[in-house]
Amino acid sequence: MNKKYMYSLLAVIVLILLPYVGVEAAGLQVLFGIIIPYLAVLIFIIGFIYRVMDWASSPVPFRIPTTCGQQKSLPWIKQNKIDNPFTTGAVIIRMALEILFFRSLFRNTSIGLNQGPKISYVWEKWLWIVALAFHYSFLTVLIRHLRFFLEPVPVWLQWLEKIDGFFQIGLPGLYMSGAVLLAAVTFLVLRRIYLPQVRYISLAADFLPLFLIISIAITGILMRYFTKVDVVGIKELAMGLASFHPAIPDGIGALFYIHLFLVSILFIYFPFSKLMHMPGVFMSPTRNLPNNTRAKMHINPWNYPVKVHTYDEYEDEFREKMKEAGLPLEKE
Amino acid sequence: MIDSKERASKLSYLPPKTDWMDTPTVYKEGMYCYAAKPSRLEYMDAPYPKDWSCMDEDWQLPENWKEIILEGMKERLEKYRTFKIFMDICVRCGACADKCHFFIGTGDPKNMPVLRAELLRSVYRNNFTKAGKILGRIGGARELTIDVLKEWWYYFFQCTECRRCSVFCPYGIDTAEITIIGRELLNLLGLNIDWIAAPVAFCFRTGNHMGIQPHAFVDMLDFFTDEIENVTGVRMEQTFNKKGADLLFICPSGDVFGDPGTFTCMGYMILMHYLREVHGLDCTWSTYASEGGNFGLFTSHETMKRLNAKMYAEAERLKVKWILGAECGHMWRVINQYMVTMNGPADFLEEPVNPLTGTKFENAKATKMVHITEFLSDLIQHKKLDLDPSRNDRLKVTFHDSCNPARGAGILEEPRHVIKNVCNHFYEMPRNCIREQTFCCGCGSGLNAGEDMELRMTGGMPRGNAVRYVNELHGVNTLACICAIDRAVLPTLMGYWAPEVDVCGISELVANALIIPGEKEKTENLRGEPILRKDVEPDEWYTRPDFPGREE
Repeated sequence: MNKKYMYSLLAVIVLILLPYVGVEAAGLQVLFGIIIPYLAVLIFIIGFIYRVMDWASSPVPFRIPTTCGQQKSLPWIKQNKIDNPFTTGAVIIRMALEILFFRSLFRNTSIGLNQGPKISYVWEKWLWIVALAFHYSFLTVLIRHLRFFLEPVPVWLQWLEKIDGFFQIGLPGLYMSGAVLLAAVTFLVLRRIYLPQVRYISLAADFLPLFLIISIAITGILMRYFTKVDVVGIKELAMGLASFHPAIPDGIGALFYIHLFLVSILFIYFPFSKLMHMPGVFMSPTRNLPNNTRAKMHINPWNYPVKVHTYDEYEDEFREKMKEAGLPLEKE
Repeated sequence: MIDSKERASKLSYLPPKTDWMDTPTVYKEGMYCYAAKPSRLEYMDAPYPKDWSCMDEDWQLPENWKEIILEGMKERLEKYRTFKIFMDICVRCGACADKCHFFIGTGDPKNMPVLRAELLRSVYRNNFTKAGKILGRIGGARELTIDVLKEWWYYFFQCTECRRCSVFCPYGIDTAEITIIGRELLNLLGLNIDWIAAPVAFCFRTGNHMGIQPHAFVDMLDFFTDEIENVTGVRMEQTFNKKGADLLFICPSGDVFGDPGTFTCMGYMILMHYLREVHGLDCTWSTYASEGGNFGLFTSHETMKRLNAKMYAEAERLKVKWILGAECGHMWRVINQYMVTMNGPADFLEEPVNPLTGTKFENAKATKMVHITEFLSDLIQHKKLDLDPSRNDRLKVTFHDSCNPARGAGILEEPRHVIKNVCNHFYEMPRNCIREQTFCCGCGSGLNAGEDMELRMTGGMPRGNAVRYVNELHGVNTLACICAIDRAVLPTLMGYWAPEVDVCGISELVANALIIPGEKEKTENLRGEPILRKDVEPDEWYTRPDFPGREE
């Protein structure tokens, strides 16, 4: 067994047991239903803003975009405006493609070493597809949960739910997003465990959010399709939290508190972890700047004078030799 | 050294059984460069010069070395948003892993870009993040020890700062930036390699990496003038340090010093003669700013700035209109992404316009420095050069995009436009090995020494492989490039992986195709090789035993 994912697995098991025992044995509904969720949201918001401000407090001294296409130069040479943007508008398109469609990951290849030797490069699409599936299904699930905090449920949300439940399988109707999320996150875990190189670079901290999300998805799916929890009671709790008049309704099972607690942990964990790649991708200087430094001077706020070897010092040292070689001199 | 086929067959990409933090770094012969000699550092006023070897047990570090490194990290986290963000947001998805030529060539997992960064990130977590402080090893944190420092040195000098991984990273994490900062930290303790530190000191003193003094620089070019006269029958005198010239011309000194770059240098000289005689355009060389390249980039941002300053200083002193820059890789990363920010604004120069064609180089109007292939492409487009591409007919050419012009500027089509106008036989290497996905020569960022040959041949494997592929498929016999380091190192690499292929610069190809007023009937190119006769088919010529380069 690999120690790295065992640590995370154990941590998640403990995190599941805590609210179970807390609610079932100690009656700590207020702690797990009100205090921790509030605390989690607070830590998430403050932590998130703090981290982003912290990044922003470091300047961008040099404009170093990674250019992935032809630069803007001469009229007869066709520029790749997206992968080598010259204007802010083009940068916005580059960033949008990066953030919405994971454009760089789309390029992913995998190498093979064949007889000869001949190296082959094959388009590796699976990580890109699953990453897209994972992030978009997660987003859909998150948005769907707004139903618990809004009364009446807005029309657009009802539309989203209709689309998500398009296939009308089972009762209550299966949401695609939940199933896709669980499948995608499982793929990501298996990839980390079974691909030798990915396993090698993985930290315990890389498994924790995956196990957390799996547990969150499973408890959610259990509640919706199998144990059929008291949805009215849960909505009452959610509305109470959202309107700052929190109250604990009766009859909500421990499963819900486990679900809520794991979500709270994910929120708390977020600002301290690699999950901050979410805001980070917006701020990455190799992607979010135009490649126009040669046309437009970029200012380094901490630029300072340095000691250089001046021409005069150079001529002083080599004057005789320069004279012999017939080179023009400043001072004879 | 083992033969290339055997090397490839022994390669394995399976990581070792022990976790990377528990796998000690073993310095392997041929995989590292020699340590910087104290005199180099002293000349630059760099800290802690010492006589040492990386194989020594004791690295003669100052007592507070840990403090210096951690303080240095703190300072750089505050100065570079790149560094801070790249330390924080990697998710270890692994997309970069098999993009690195050193990983492909060695199979060493610490050459996966993600792990190279983790070497530094683990210390960052331990000392600068709460999660790392609380969770320790579980959170991917580890203490900075002397072994960690030695691991940094080994692996930060096994990265050529080529940025190929950065193309594939979903967050644009740039290992070059991490390596640059990693090396900057090592330099705080005087831990550089001599192959970088020596050129830096030379360049600071004499104006170029090779340490060529002004009179010797003139001698070199005089020698080339004779060579050119032998081939063309025309004497092409050059001007040096000339005040009031139209343009200042700066090339990497590697082209002045070593074959086959010297043929590229002759190409520059022929072009300048042509422009002067035919079009009245006056370009001058400078002995003071006689280096385009900048090994400061491989040392620290400050050193880069100190060396780069000469270009503008000399352009201002000579009162030229703007600067024309020659074929060099990392030189153009510095010019495109750093120069005007570091040493600008260059108000004393004019916004570059080609006086022969009227073309405004809009993309260079702040830096006021134009790439020679941009300039050549413009001249060719406006038919200002009298060219006979059939003079290059014995060449079947492919183009190696150098890392920095490709991923640090995007100069991809200009060189191709030039090549296609001076050569009739041009073939591309496979898509995953060119343009923004181009593979490094394996020797960039100051790793083009002699003692690290093993490293160079492994790192150059993907490039060698791709050249071999077009050599077998199309009979390609010439690898063109726009980088002086490429010209210095690729011949050895080709000898190892694709033995029938010669290396040349683009200006050499241009000069060979150029019809010079007053020239004698050309029978040989600059290398003294016979140019193709009109009555022989290129394919037939190439297979004949008397084809140049076939005799071995």
